[in-house]
Order: sequence, then C-alpha cells, then structure tokens
Amino acid sequence: MYPEDLRYTKDHEWVRVEGDRGRVGITDHAQKQLGDVVFLELPAVGRQLKQHETFGTVESVKAVSELFAPITGEVLEANAALTQKPEKINADPYGEAWMIVLKVGSPAELDGLMDAAAYRAFVESEAR
Amino acid sequence: MEHPAGALRKTPLNDVHRESGARMVPFGGWDMPVEYSGLIAEHQAVRQAAGLFDVSHMGEFEVEGPGALAFLQRVTSNNVAKLVDRQAQYSALPMPSGAPVDDVIVYRRAVDRYLLVVNAANIDKDFAWLRAQGPRDCSLVNRSDDFALLALQGPRAAAILQKLTAVELAGVGYYHFAVGDVAGVPASLSRTGYTGEDGFELMVAPDAAAGLWRRLMEAGRDEGLVPAGLGARDTLRLEARMLLYGNDMDEGTTLVEAGLGWIVATDEAKGDFLGRSVLEPQKKGGAPRKLVGFEMVERGIARHGYPVLLGDRAVGTVTSGSYAPFLQKNIGLCYLPADQAAVGTAIGVEVRGRRLEARVVPTPFYKRPRA
Repeated sequence: MYPEDLRYTKDHEWVRVEGDRGRVGITDHAQKQLGDVVFLELPAVGRQLKQHETFGTVESVKAVSELFAPITGEVLEANAALTQKPEKINADPYGEAWMIVLKVGSPAELDGLMDAAAYRAFVESEAR
Repeated sequence: MEHPAGALRKTPLNDVHRESGARMVPFGGWDMPVEYSGLIAEHQAVRQAAGLFDVSHMGEFEVEGPGALAFLQRVTSNNVAKLVDRQAQYSALPMPSGAPVDDVIVYRRAVDRYLLVVNAANIDKDFAWLRAQGPRDCSLVNRSDDFALLALQGPRAAAILQKLTAVELAGVGYYHFAVGDVAGVPASLSRTGYTGEDGFELMVAPDAAAGLWRRLMEAGRDEGLVPAGLGARDTLRLEARMLLYGNDMDEGTTLVEAGLGWIVATDEAKGDFLGRSVLEPQKKGGAPRKLVGFEMVERGIARHGYPVLLGDRAVGTVTSGSYAPFLQKNIGLCYLPADQAAVGTAIGVEVRGRRLEARVVPTPFYKRPRA
C-alpha cells in the first residue's frame, strides 16, 4: 500500500502532484496505526500553510493525531464531505479520503519528500 | 510477588492474541491486546452478539479464616455480611479520607472464604494496603499469578457458554457465580462484567486459558462472537457509566463524589470501616462535588484531562471521554460542584485551546434492553 505516484513525509502524509496543485492525505500505514477514525477537522479554503505547519486534526476512538502540511502553499480545496464521513480514511486513504489540495508554493520542497520505496523503508525501520 | 521493573508482563493468552492479529499495547505494566478486527466492530459485536476479553491481568486476593468477614467489613465499603455463598459484590477499599485505594469485587465462596478481584495496575498497592490494615484471624494471599480471567460478554454470551458447560446458567443470577467445568476445564463462572451487557467472567488455571479461549471462540463462531480488546472494553464501560479507577476516581475523590454511595453501607450491621466518618455524612447530606455524565453539543471529542469550564471558570477536567460507538455521540464524565451539576447544565470542554459546548445528561448513557 505505497502508491508509486505519491510523495511521502515522515509524519505519514502523502502528496499527489497535479500540475501546480498538491493533493494531500494520510497514508495507509497512518490509518492502520490510528484505528477506526471518527473525527476530522480541516482548515478553511484560502489559508496559507507553511511546510510542517499543523493543518488539522484526525481522531480515532482511541487516538488524537495532528496533520502536518507536507509542503508550503495556499489551501485551494478542503474535503468537507470527508469531515462528515471520516471513516473513509480507513477505507480509502489514497482515494476518496484526500483531505486538502494545496497550491504548490515551493516546488523544491517536493524533492525533499520521500518516494514510495524510501517511505516503505522508513515505515519498516520505524516498526523495528 | 516481585516483578522486574520495566519489563511488560504477559497473560497466559499472550500468544493467542498475537496469533489472532491483535494490536498489543502496554497497559498498567502488562502487554495487552487493544484491538483485533477494529475497536468499533468489537464494541458493536458485544452490544449485539458477544465478545471475548482477556482480563487475566486483573489481580486476585484470597482472604480466608474465621476473621475474614470481620476484616473485610473493616476494609471495604459495602456490607459483606449481605452476601450468600457464591454471590459477588461490587465494593471499594476506602482510605480514612473516604477516597478509594481501589474498586474491587468481593466473592463469597463460603462464610470464611472470600476472593477479591482488584485492578491490574493496583495489585501491589492494594496488597500492601490490605496487609497494613492487619488482617486478624484470617490469611491474606495474593493469588494473582494463579488465575486467568476471561470475560465473555454480550446478549449471546449465556447461549454460547451453555454449549460448553453442564452448569445451568439460567440459575446463575447477576452478581452470582457457579463452580463447574467449562469445556472440561474447572472454572468459576461469574455473572459479572464491565460492558453493560449480560455476560460471564470465567476464572481458570493459567495453563487452561488458551485452550478454553479457543473452545469458546469455536462455540461462538455462529453466534457472532469476536475477540475484543481493551479499547472496546473502555468504550463499552464508559457508555454504561462504569467507572475506571485512576481516571474517574482515585485517591483524591471520595466514593460519594464518584456516585458510588450505593456501595457505601451505612446500616448498623456493617459496623465501623475505614472512611465511614467521611462517607456516611456525605451519603446523607451530599458531597461538595459530583461526577456527572456529559454529551458534546459542538463537534469534538472530549478526552481524559481536557479542561472543563462552567461559564469562564475552569472547574476541573474530563475524567473519561470518548466517541461512543453504539450511541454515535461524543460523551464523557467530569466532576462538577454539586449545586451546578443538574441534568441539562451547560458546560464547556476545552479542546486544543478552543471551548466547545457540552451539556450534562442522565447516566448511564447506555442501558441494555431488558430481555
């Protein structure tokens, strides 16, 4: 469950680059670690985020986890439907459960993120 | 009993949990399963069918001898003399302040033979406390390593268990127990639990636990039985407003404040006990604070430790808070000044620096439908 077309962070977010936009969510590994997701809070459209800044909160029955912006940029879209059905984060973390779309502010930041192979190695090293 | 500091202890079912794909977490010094298939699915299974829990981490003390009843009357809050053989009683070990060292279940095996089941995290503390109270004409023995405890809970629990035992379960009332074989394993079968559902807790020898677990899972396969972890156990008990020691009550809250006045015996027959001089007047005249249930009005989940506000004034913290999977609401417990604790009272819960509206509601949040 490490799609090749995504870039990954050490906080277990993913970014899918779509032209000058970056679609953001959390990884399959992250949703498994959280367990059943029951709450999601996302930022308002138009907000300017800096890389690593908190953009929201995801909660499972047992855990609270902050969401960190993988790259700098303006929030162009927020998935309001997902806040009503946050359990989709467990079911389809790379598809329906995208969280926000950012306008890529600093393309160089993308190069600093992990590709699928590096992220897989990172997850495996954390498990040890 | 000494155990190396730092190392997590394992119940006799540890391998079974790992084989079942459980996610294991440290809990009160033990390596315990928090969930198997998923917390919400396990929670719903217990409400609608049945769940099987490993609660072998709980502690067991035997109190036996001609002085056992007198000793237990002095160190527990409830009236032990009301028990008949093979009856159990929810109780507590109060300190002179009226606050509990722990909450416990007292089982009467015979008039001079009792078993106390205590919280896992408090085993050493409770045992030291009880020893310091000076048991007279009775023995006090920590048997915590000699028993495994399995909790089979849910509306289908009795039907599943009946497949494996000749004990007539219909004859075992709530908070009573029987002694007999389950799947060929000598067991005590107690109609108790921590989920708000009907169910049984089975006490067996540690080396019999894994076999019994498998036989129960087999017997329950067609009844919707699932293994359930401590995660679901916590949300189930919260919906039923069963308190968690260390969260909802501790050495700083009296039993009456915690809403446990019903396990404080003030009748003549009980005699003097630790904390009576504080608890009896509180039970009659009220305590300054009261543990209440609340429901979030605004979107957000209250968690243990989040500040609770009355108007602008911080009055305490959330003692337990969670999403409630069966009720599909965000609920919690907190202490409020007794004169501002009525059902309907508006309170605030501070979630990540923001005040969210909540209101006091009647408890238990969930009450099982009567059969």
